[in-house]
Amino acid sequence: MASAAQRKPLGLRITIYGFAIIWLIAAAFPFIWTAWGSFKVELDFFSIADWTYALTGERTKAEYGSAFTEAGYRGAWIQEEFWRNVINTFIVCFFVVCTSLTFGTLGGYALSRSGHKYTFWLLITALIFRAMPPITLVSGYLLPFFEWNLWGILPTTIIVLVAINQPFTLWMLHSFFQNIPKELDESAKVDGCTQFQAFRHVIIPVMWPGVITTGLFSFLLAYNDFAVTAMLLSEENRTMIPEIAAYLGTTYTEGNVMFAVAAVVSATVPLFILVMFFQRQIVSGLTAGAVKG
Amino acid sequence: MRHSTFFWFFLPTGAAMLLFIAFPLVSVVLQSIYAPHPAVLIEVENCTPLVGCTTETTIDQDATRELREREPLGRFVGLEIFFDRGHLAITEAREAWSSSQSWGEYFDKLGNLPFYRAMAFTLTFTFVVSPLVILLGLIIALTVNALNERLRGLVIFFSLLPFVVTPLIGSLVLFWMIDSRGILGSFIQFLAGDPSLSLKASTGLMWVSIIVYGVWHAAPFAFVIFYAGLQTLPQDQVEAAQIDGATRLQQVRYVIVPHLMPLVTFVALIQLMDNFRVFEPIVGFNAQAHAQTLSWFIFNDLGGETRQLSSASASSVLTIIGVAILLSPVLVRTWRDFKGKV
Repeated sequence: MASAAQRKPLGLRITIYGFAIIWLIAAAFPFIWTAWGSFKVELDFFSIADWTYALTGERTKAEYGSAFTEAGYRGAWIQEEFWRNVINTFIVCFFVVCTSLTFGTLGGYALSRSGHKYTFWLLITALIFRAMPPITLVSGYLLPFFEWNLWGILPTTIIVLVAINQPFTLWMLHSFFQNIPKELDESAKVDGCTQFQAFRHVIIPVMWPGVITTGLFSFLLAYNDFAVTAMLLSEENRTMIPEIAAYLGTTYTEGNVMFAVAAVVSATVPLFILVMFFQRQIVSGLTAGAVKG
Repeated sequence: MRHSTFFWFFLPTGAAMLLFIAFPLVSVVLQSIYAPHPAVLIEVENCTPLVGCTTETTIDQDATRELREREPLGRFVGLEIFFDRGHLAITEAREAWSSSQSWGEYFDKLGNLPFYRAMAFTLTFTFVVSPLVILLGLIIALTVNALNERLRGLVIFFSLLPFVVTPLIGSLVLFWMIDSRGILGSFIQFLAGDPSLSLKASTGLMWVSIIVYGVWHAAPFAFVIFYAGLQTLPQDQVEAAQIDGATRLQQVRYVIVPHLMPLVTFVALIQLMDNFRVFEPIVGFNAQAHAQTLSWFIFNDLGGETRQLSSASASSVLTIIGVAILLSPVLVRTWRDFKGKV
């Protein structure tokens, strides 16, 4: 119901739609282009002769007889055994999300329900921990992990990622819990529940949206991490992202850049699916922190 | 909630943070003021009847091991590592100061020291990207808000991609496009009319590309926050402004932006924290020859065969001090608010 005053002049409408299209292209085109190019040979994707080769796949046709080839994917997944890294990534992400959420819901609930002064200081400490770049902590991990033979294995990385994610998880769940009326668990306690029973049977059932949203962000933090996983995992236990970084060194020299391109596209697919199904939760999660300030 | 109940609820998360954030932090600080022991050398005199005596210097394995066991932390060196050439480079900085005629020359000389070079790029990146992200995010939010319902969902979906994607992957995707043989690289060569132009070869262009990546990656975050803020914009205020004859630009300037101001502060805070730790684009863009960041600097010390833990720890401590300075206004404000409430 646009009133006359709100109806936009034609020039403004053109500007708005023009800008929206430009932004849409800027956001989406790099991914579409790389996904398209990953089915070509290197001389098409990085074409010296003519950039249209990347679209038509001239060299790919010459080499494989069709404009598309899965050679890059075969090289990455079979020859370089990228599937191992994929499995490692999903093991790490699964356990990080589960542990983060368990620790985070307990802690966040306590922070939101306790009126004592130390909750403020705990939250501020968490904020400071959140502000520190994770890589600054890595030099503190290496010596003890080497000493106790904990370096290089998945469980160590999982617990480190959980700890690094805790400050963020706490803040997010704390703000979700604040939106749940205190009367809910207080009435449960009046009915004879302990605090934990009130939490378990009354709060958790109404908390699922918040828990799922926080879980998504924990997943993203674990999935996207490079600094910690690259430093703490041995070669055979690497997750996808450090493995891709390792490809960069070798593939440029061996002429296997398309392996890296295929691996990059493969690693983007789960994120694409995630955004497709959980767009609403991601948006609400981003804004939950902001509205609370 | 009773203290004991709180304690048990908070225990898992508290223990995780204590063990894997607080303790490592202490350990990082300790490592930065202790250097590893050098090997203990002894001189052994070998006398053979005909040749005569020669002295030979060898490593005394037992003494070295004993020394390392006696003082496992290493040799106390105080702030020596902080002041050496790889970090604050006090001597070199002072020399540069006394030998420079102008500020420009002084900064030039500082820029040749590795730590200052990394610092310069990190600060440039932080203070260029953060405002641009806020500005672009605001423009996208206003634009999307003016679109019709069906298009909005589509734009939000694709907008989330650059933000959600792994930073290393995002930077690689852009890097391959701006490669001199990639599509954007070719296009830029065509625009500049210079077929030999390569972004990889020029420091200035590399900086610009990394900054473009930074804005591309973070703008969706600002956009989503501001877009959510626009949904709560009180319509009567906008209408009142319209009745008073405010133009669209004036409405944005005097009604919408003030309404979004708390969100701008929030985005700025998150952006300062995240941009100060920028790291992956340096790896993805293979840019270490042209641009280094503090995080990359630490990563570089830690990687490889020679893990230079002391040096990395000193850089880490300096980085954390940098973050603290950056955040101090926010922390002070939060503390004041808190004191006001109690």
